[in-house]
Amino acid sequence: MIAFIIRRLLQTVIVLFMVTLIVFSILQVLPGDPARTLLGPEASPEQVEQIREELGLNRPLAVQYITWVEHAFQGDLGKSIAIKEDVTGIIGEHLPKTMYISFLSMVLAIIIGVPAGIIAAIKRGGKMDSLISVVSNVGMAVPAFWLAVLCIYFFSLKLGWFPVQGYTSPFDDFWLSTKQVIMPVICLAFAALASFARQTRSAMLEVIMQDFTRTARSKGLKEGAIIIRHTLKNAIIPVITLVGLQVRNIVGSTIFIEQVFNIPGMGRLVVQSVFNQDFVVVQGCVLVIAIIVALTNLLIDISYGFADPRIRIK
Amino acid sequence: MTIEIIASEKVVEQEVKKTRNTQRFLRVFLARKTVVASLAIIFIMIICAIFAPLLAPYDPYKQDYAQILADPSLAHPFGTDMVGRDVLSRIIYGSQAALLVGIVSVAIASVIGIILGLVSGYAGGLVDALIMRAMDALMAIPPIILALVFVAAFGGGLTNVMITLGLSLVPTYARLMRGQVLAIRQADYVVAQELMGSTNIRNMIKHVLPNCISPLIVLITLNFGVAILAEAGLSFLGLGIVPPKAAWGSMINDGYKYLLSNPILSFAPGMAVVLVVVAFNIVGDALRDALDPRLKGSL
Repeated sequence: MIAFIIRRLLQTVIVLFMVTLIVFSILQVLPGDPARTLLGPEASPEQVEQIREELGLNRPLAVQYITWVEHAFQGDLGKSIAIKEDVTGIIGEHLPKTMYISFLSMVLAIIIGVPAGIIAAIKRGGKMDSLISVVSNVGMAVPAFWLAVLCIYFFSLKLGWFPVQGYTSPFDDFWLSTKQVIMPVICLAFAALASFARQTRSAMLEVIMQDFTRTARSKGLKEGAIIIRHTLKNAIIPVITLVGLQVRNIVGSTIFIEQVFNIPGMGRLVVQSVFNQDFVVVQGCVLVIAIIVALTNLLIDISYGFADPRIRIK
Repeated sequence: MTIEIIASEKVVEQEVKKTRNTQRFLRVFLARKTVVASLAIIFIMIICAIFAPLLAPYDPYKQDYAQILADPSLAHPFGTDMVGRDVLSRIIYGSQAALLVGIVSVAIASVIGIILGLVSGYAGGLVDALIMRAMDALMAIPPIILALVFVAAFGGGLTNVMITLGLSLVPTYARLMRGQVLAIRQADYVVAQELMGSTNIRNMIKHVLPNCISPLIVLITLNFGVAILAEAGLSFLGLGIVPPKAAWGSMINDGYKYLLSNPILSFAPGMAVVLVVVAFNIVGDALRDALDPRLKGSL
């Protein structure tokens, strides 16, 4: 087991190293001179040259890359070009908001999606099954930002249940924060919820058809016990795998949701930095997001290494 | 004489089997009404994209200041936008961008992904490790954020959006192909071929590729929906198709500013996205059921 964990850990390190390489090389092609962006159009060529020197932009690419990775390793992601602050600090300010709404969405998606999938599988072909399948089909096709627009129209503008936009920390004003966070969380969760329902349904169906389920039934076990102890236990691994994929999708969708609901999180930061051509911030954000996704996947892999001994050996 | 007859009978038999297979495929594929409806939606979308100039009641770029933010009426079924352009016409034209992005980005993703997956699966060792870790790295970044980074570097616009989305979809194909290659290489008939001295490349193309066709077709169909969603997202953020060119995503964003007075401006293009993406997803699922040999054509 320890060997398995170490192997996966090493893989994650290699993957993150690749991420730095990819992100760095993509952003090298950015049009425009960061030094000029930093100083504005009136700066003299000497000033630009000086800033280039300070930022290390006139050094060879390989040196720039190594310096960046070295600093990133020490928690220093450089200085923002547009806002002129430390990127690590900026991210530290934005990240908790994104983590908070993403975490809530993930929990919501799982606690609704998985039971929905179980119900659909048990009542296969029934009315509930078709309803769940319609909802999950639509759920996977609805753009999160359009759903957000619909929610704002009906629940904020027409019914006045929730504020249109904004974000308050739950530690400052829990009630207001919850009211503001409900719609973004639902919009973020919807697509993931649909995937969970579908995945759970098909995994359950596969297990339900197997011999041991029939045996359990024939020896007179109660239906509830069969579902929970025999079927669900075996069907849960593909569902856990999906968590890893959905972390990626939920974090990805925050760029829309935070934009529409005006939440100052990582997603909005990335979009704004792209508009500002602030490549230092974009670089840092993508790296942090990739680390979060990779670590989540590492945890998931290790967790079912525990659950299923067969996976450890592979 | 006998040999000839037997041979021709064999051919006939094969022909019959082929048609039977096709029939079985069609029977399963078209069994559900939702699938037929989805095919119809996709068909309508394609027609809209190709014949947009004929079908659109108005010029989608003509600004009519006498008709700013008009409510839906017989003349303008979905009303007009903030500069008096007909929303229905813009939705019809928007199908062009969506369809084009879908086709080109999926083509880019599948070609690159298939090649990488084949090479990775066949070469093994260091090459395999390098390619797969690179794919893992790409998969650690949410596709839409990866697309944003590409757009930041290369700029927006139709061509860049297509390339960008294509590249961010590559890892799924590479992984699928590699898995298939590894599985099929174990099969006796491929091992036999290798023992008989057939070269790797010939083996790859002759045996592995045809066996991967079914999962690929399914993935490609499903990815159409993914690409159209992503294009709408980028255009919504103002980083995709450049205005004034009609795109569903940017129409949703334009309409958002007039949400209280003219909600239809956002609702209608969003509905178009949902319909088309649902259609591709349903067709993809139906293809999976129909092509899956394990299900043997049963539902």
